[in-house]
Formats: sequence, C-alpha cells, structure tokens
Amino acid sequence: MAFVQNFPFISILLSLFAGPVSSVLNGKWAKRLNLFIITVIGVMSAAVLRFVLGTGQEYVYTMGHFPAPWGNEIRVGILEAVMALFFCMIMFLCVIGGALERELEIEESKQNLYYIMVNLLLCSLLALIYTNDLFTAYVFVEINTISACGLIMIKQTGRTFEAAVRYMIMSLLGSGLLLLGLCFLYSLTGHLLMSNIKEQATLLYASGEYHIPLLVSICLMSVGIAIKSALYPFHTWLPDAYGYSTLSSAAILSALVSKGYIFLLVKIFYRVIGFDIIRESKVINVLFVFGVAGMIMGSVNAIRENNINRMIAYSSVAQIGYIYMGFGLGTTSGIIASIYHIVSHAATKSLLFVAASGITDASAKSNNFFDLTGAGYRNKLAGIAFTAGSLSMVGFPMFSGFISKLLFAQAAMENRHKIMITMIALAISVILNAVYFMKTVIRIYTPEKKTVVIDKGFEEIGFWEQPSKSAALVCFIALNVFLGLFSEPVIGLIEKGLAMFS
Amino acid sequence: MDFANFLTNYEEAVSMILFGIGFSNLLMQKNLIKKIVGMNIMDTSVYLFLALKGYIAGHKAPIVVDGVCSAEVYINPIPSGLVLTGIVVSVSVTALMLALTIRLYNRYHTLDLDEISTQLKKEGL
Repeated sequence: MAFVQNFPFISILLSLFAGPVSSVLNGKWAKRLNLFIITVIGVMSAAVLRFVLGTGQEYVYTMGHFPAPWGNEIRVGILEAVMALFFCMIMFLCVIGGALERELEIEESKQNLYYIMVNLLLCSLLALIYTNDLFTAYVFVEINTISACGLIMIKQTGRTFEAAVRYMIMSLLGSGLLLLGLCFLYSLTGHLLMSNIKEQATLLYASGEYHIPLLVSICLMSVGIAIKSALYPFHTWLPDAYGYSTLSSAAILSALVSKGYIFLLVKIFYRVIGFDIIRESKVINVLFVFGVAGMIMGSVNAIRENNINRMIAYSSVAQIGYIYMGFGLGTTSGIIASIYHIVSHAATKSLLFVAASGITDASAKSNNFFDLTGAGYRNKLAGIAFTAGSLSMVGFPMFSGFISKLLFAQAAMENRHKIMITMIALAISVILNAVYFMKTVIRIYTPEKKTVVIDKGFEEIGFWEQPSKSAALVCFIALNVFLGLFSEPVIGLIEKGLAMFS
Repeated sequence: MDFANFLTNYEEAVSMILFGIGFSNLLMQKNLIKKIVGMNIMDTSVYLFLALKGYIAGHKAPIVVDGVCSAEVYINPIPSGLVLTGIVVSVSVTALMLALTIRLYNRYHTLDLDEISTQLKKEGL
C-alpha cells in the first residue's frame, strides 16, 4: 500500500486533534494552527487526487485493519478527493477573509474557541466525504451540526442565540429522520457499510419483497438531509443563521456545511441504495418539485429583503433549490450538474459574503440596502468582487454560475417530462436573480452626495487597509473565473468520480 | 393492511408512535424545554426500535462468561453498539440545547421562542 493512501485518514485525524489543541492556545496561535492544518490537509488531498487519478481506481482503506463486515472503512475515489481539496480551499479563504470581523465581534478570551469549531467542522466534512459507513456518517452529521451551531453563536448577541436555537431545532428534526431512515435500512439489509447495503438492497429490490419499508427508508433519509440543507419549505432558520453570524461563519455555513450534507445524499443515492432504485422510487420527483419551488421562492424572498446579508442568505435557498432540481431530473448528467453547482455555488456565495462585508465596511457597518449607495467607489475591490459574484449568480458567461446553469439546461434535455418545467423555472429564477443582484450592483455604483457621505461618516477603504480580506477576495474572483473559463477539466473529474461511485 | 401485523410487531409500532410524539413536540411546542424533551423522546424511540431489531427471543446478552462462543446463544450486539453511540450523540446535543436555552432565558426571561422573536424585533437589531 502506498503511503499516500493513508492521507485521507490522517487528514481526518489531524483536524480532529487540532480542535482540542486549539483550546489551550491563545487566539493568534489557534488561528495559525488552524490555517496550517487546512493547508496541510489541502496539500494532502491534492496528493490523494493525483494518486487516484494515476491509478484510475478507487481504493478502500480499512480502519485498524479489520476486514469488511466488522471494521470501519474509508473509501477514496476521484470525486471524494476533489471535494476534499475544494472544501479546504474554500475554508482557508473564508477563514482569512473574515479575520478582521472575528477580532472585532468575538471576545478576546473566546477567540481560540472559534478555531475549535472550524477544525471540528473540517473534520466532520472530511469524514462525511470519505466514510463508507452509514452510521459513521450519521455521527459526523451530528458533529457537523454541533460545530456549525457553535460557529453561529460565537458572536454573542440575542439574534445569534435565537438563530442558533432555530438552526439546532430544524437540524435535529432532520437528523432524527436520517437516523430513523438508516435504522430501517439496517434492519432491512443487516449491514452498515455502504457497499454491502447496496448489494443487499439490489437483491431485496429484485426479489420484490419489502418494497414499502425500503421506500420509507429512502424517503426518511432524503427528507432528513433536505431539512438539514435548507431545501425550500424548511429554510426558515437559514436567513437568521447566515445573516447575523460573523462573516467567516456565514461564508463557511453557506458554502460548506449544507454542501457536506448534499454530498452525503449523493453518496446515499449512488453508493447505498443505487441510482436505479432511487429513480424508480419517485422520491426524486418530490425533491424536484420542492427544488423548483425553492428556486423561485428563495429569490422572491431575497427581492423583498433590505438587509444585504439576509438577501444573500435567501439567495442560498434558491441555489439549494437548483441543486435539488438537478437531483430531481433523475439522470446522471443532472447529478453532474448538481455537483458542479455545489462547487460553483460554494465559490460564489462565500465571495459574495466577503465582498458584502467589504461594502458594508465602507458604509459605516450598515447592512441597510439604502446606505450602500456609492459604496463600490469607496471600496473599489469589494465593489468589483461583489459585481463578479452577482454576475456569476445571474449566470453571466465567463463566470462559474453560467456553466452550472448551462449544465442544468443540458441535463433537462434528457428528461422529456421535466424539460418544460425546468426550462421555465431556470428562466424565471435567472430573471429574479438578476432583479436583486443587479439592483444591488447598480445601487453600489450610484454616486452618493458628498454631504451624505460626510454626514453618515462613510470612509474610503483602500486595497491595503484590509490585506487579508483583499487577498481572499482576489483569490475568490480568480477561482470563480477559473471555474467559468476552464470548466471542462472540473466537469471531467466529476464525471469520472461519479462513474467510480456506481 | 393487516391488523394482525400490528399486534405481532406491537413494539415497533409503539416506537414509531413515540417517534411521532417526539417529532411533533420538537417541531410544534413553543416552550424550549418542552422542545428538548420532545427531542429526547424522538431519539429514545429510535433506540427502542434499534434494540428491538437486535433482540432475539430467548438469547442472552453477548458477553462470553462460561466459554460458550456459538452465535446461537447471543443476541445481535451491533444494534446495542449503535444505541450506545446514539446515546452519546443525543446527550451532547441535549447539553448544547440546554446551554443555549439558559443563555436565551437569562437574556429575555422567557422560554417561549415566539416571545423571544417578538422581543428581538422590538430591539430592532
């Protein structure tokens, strides 16, 4: 066995141990340790990706060298390595982009606690990506929820406590359903490892017995994960949680946490149940309907919002809707489009959150839409970044959002029954996206009267005044343009990885 | 549906009813403490379900004492292991929820989540 093959396991352990170690460091060193760990894990994921691409085969890593039915397994393929690498990159940029806000908004003595949460979150995300055991996935889903809750409430205001409670309640409902679903599946198949469950589930489906329990179990797991990742009717916790928490929390939550759950759902579809059974079970039609509803209602809510952070948060509801609509198409190209959208949305939404904070910094920290007039001139880089993010969200060519919308449209072509609804929903949603994002872009590039600027104490912010945030913004823009211009290799990797799944 | 199936599997039926009670409590109660109680009922019902699935009538707990290693004698130990893991998870989640509830109660002197929301709107933050 090559040494590289140990890297996924080592990266999970590294981030897991970095959490407790952060608790005895002070804020500054905890941050350095955290950034170091994320970088190391990113490099290791890249090495794993290179290794898997070289061999062209997935491999299974047995934990503690116990063979299959007894031991716990990690499974590594191309898609897993890509996701791990990408999540590390986004998390690194989110952590450095929000450094200033954290120092202001979190008490001095609690700075290091933040990095415990970030490390644990990274650990649980990696475990969700790599694990081949359904119950382990459940445990890490809960760790993910708890650390995400910590990220929300670390900024200690009444708003964030309320948001954290609402987030916890909805998440617990979701994980309760997920747990029940996988208990059903365990009692039906007698296995917990994903590959064994799939064998038994295929046999069970072919035998024609226990169809209803299998269907119930699929429903429970899908609905549970849908609740946790804020699919439309279950999105009520989302705007508060993203809108009022500190900047890097909002960026990490919207870009990574919900995506980790969705990736688990893809694994359940492909590696636990088998996509043919999922397609025949009609569960995806339900996901399709709610996804389409989310695409439109999320944008409608965003248009009505005057607080820029909450507006971006509501836009997440719409984008999650896109991803579930891709699942609902029931074709492999639909899933590929969804996974590409996970990547593209993670890159864009974190960019938008960081850019929005740059804009509000230039408007005396006001989140109000009308105070942002002319902010694009006062903080030039943040203005450009926000424009780039908005164009990507709207689906302007050259940016990543365009590619994902193109992929959704192409995937819809393969499904005769859903093509009309998908196209219409895409069109409406793009127009609605344009309404609120372009409205904001126009607002930040409308010159404000000099007297008002002096009255309200708006300041100009140069590139070098917030170096870490500027660096993060530049990287985010570059990432977006890269995903928009050189999408072919990324899509190729996703296709290959998904082919390894089944 | 066969009513007889319900009678033979009445334990599972009970655990599902309990799950429903817990789930709706967590979803619909306004009082935070009642929500947490609901959550615990919901989780416990799943553990009951798991324990039932692992139990084989007439078999003993899987602890080897008198050198009998045959699988015919013992119940399935895996669900018990899962229940233990699940209990750890639900304990930590309960602790977190209770801590959050205390913080909210100290700040707003109420356990009613809707009331807290109204007070937050009044603050206008």
